[in-house]
Amino acid sequence: MPHIQSGDLVARFYALFEGWGIPWIVPRLIVMLVVVSIIILFISVVAMFLIWWERKISAHIQARFGPMRVGGWHGWAQSIADGVKLLLKEDIIPTRADRPVFILAPMVVFAAALAAYVVIPFGPGLIVEDLNIGILYVIAISSLAVVGIIMAGWSSNNKYAALGALRSAAQAVSYEVPLVISLIGPVLLAGSLSTTKIVEAQRYLWFIVLQPLAFLTYFTCAVAETNRLPFDIPEAESELVAGFHVEYSGMRFAIFFLAEYANMFTVCAIATTVFLGGWRGPLLPPWLWFLLKTFFLLFVMMWLRWTLARVRVDQLMDVAWKVLLPLAFANLGITGLLVWAFS
Amino acid sequence: MTEVFFFALAVFTVAAALLVVLARNIVHSAVALIFSFCGVAGIYVLLDAEFLAAVQVLIYVGGITILLLFAIMLTTRIASRAEVFNEQVWMSGLVTVGITAILVYASLAGIRVSGEAPAPSETTSALGRLLLTTHVLPFEVASVLLLAAMVGAIILARREGE
Repeated sequence: MPHIQSGDLVARFYALFEGWGIPWIVPRLIVMLVVVSIIILFISVVAMFLIWWERKISAHIQARFGPMRVGGWHGWAQSIADGVKLLLKEDIIPTRADRPVFILAPMVVFAAALAAYVVIPFGPGLIVEDLNIGILYVIAISSLAVVGIIMAGWSSNNKYAALGALRSAAQAVSYEVPLVISLIGPVLLAGSLSTTKIVEAQRYLWFIVLQPLAFLTYFTCAVAETNRLPFDIPEAESELVAGFHVEYSGMRFAIFFLAEYANMFTVCAIATTVFLGGWRGPLLPPWLWFLLKTFFLLFVMMWLRWTLARVRVDQLMDVAWKVLLPLAFANLGITGLLVWAFS
Repeated sequence: MTEVFFFALAVFTVAAALLVVLARNIVHSAVALIFSFCGVAGIYVLLDAEFLAAVQVLIYVGGITILLLFAIMLTTRIASRAEVFNEQVWMSGLVTVGITAILVYASLAGIRVSGEAPAPSETTSALGRLLLTTHVLPFEVASVLLLAAMVGAIILARREGE
């Protein structure tokens, strides 16, 4: 991952261009382009790996093997083959669709997924930009994705897409409330919204030990936010075909798919940062610890998906408003009292 | 450097805002509104008010626009009607010109800042402290107002169902 760590390499790069008398905007644009390219590359590789991994895990849970042929060893190249296939497909836009919104929707969803990677701390200094509002930034940016989903559902001019988009928006808005409140507890303990400072605050003890309730609330909401089973009503294949992206095909569908897996990685990376001590761990290098913890959470998400049944709409809303929200508030109240008592 | 970004953001925000007013399709207006809000958030970032920028995106883009889109989607007749009519064009134009005049006058005359204290380096904690001490009354009044609106909405929805 890129490391714009207060200078060195980047500062020297800027100085080089200044020496040549090239306007300041040129090196900055180059650095931005490089950083964005690295993030997109990282997202693509992670998403392709996750798709293959999910197929493997689902297969083994159902006592099959999953992809075995493409690439030789356990079908490792399956995702690459699928990606190439999607790239080569015809780009279909329905005649009665609202063209500009239809084209814009996947871009909005992907931009929101991409922007969240700015504050993920992969290691000490291994972060694109350590914003002092880190956690709040992630929450704000991820709310953009819902807009993209509604745009996709509405512009497709298809009742299944519209229903899926409405369900998705209702679910995301409901689960965002307990999600945000569950994150305030650890933030109170760390005394900062910056992701790096939150990891540093867990030097002696991971916050999952102090905030087990908040972790469970956060993780449940995160599963719901990414529209995965048991909360995948917005995409329920058996009743809605596929939800908001029914009408999308080829590359545009691939972008939605990529964004979905990118979002999964983001929510698990945030859980790692806030509750599991981030990059901290013995012996192995920090970035490896961070990835190991994140991928363990991703595995739990997949495990849940292939072992639980889908909940009903009314159960879904009940869980959010009558169980998770009071739990999150109770956790916040107790944490606040303890922080006040001990400081 | 800041000026370049400011003008880029300003042009972006105003163009999106114009699209909101001029678009013939109400969903297009709502989508343009999102971009306008994001542009305003960008200007907040330039002013070193990161907290305000994040809240702007969270509340206006993630909350208000989604509610707006929800309302539009649930009343399909509006969304399918190609042309949006506004019978009070002159009235709204007059109000807009008036507000713009006041704003231009205010920025030319200079806005008086109440305190002489320098801006705090970490706006988030300072804002939080102020909201819960000095400005706790307006804060609570706003939350009671929102609660009343919510109860009202629930009562309205209930009555329709029965």
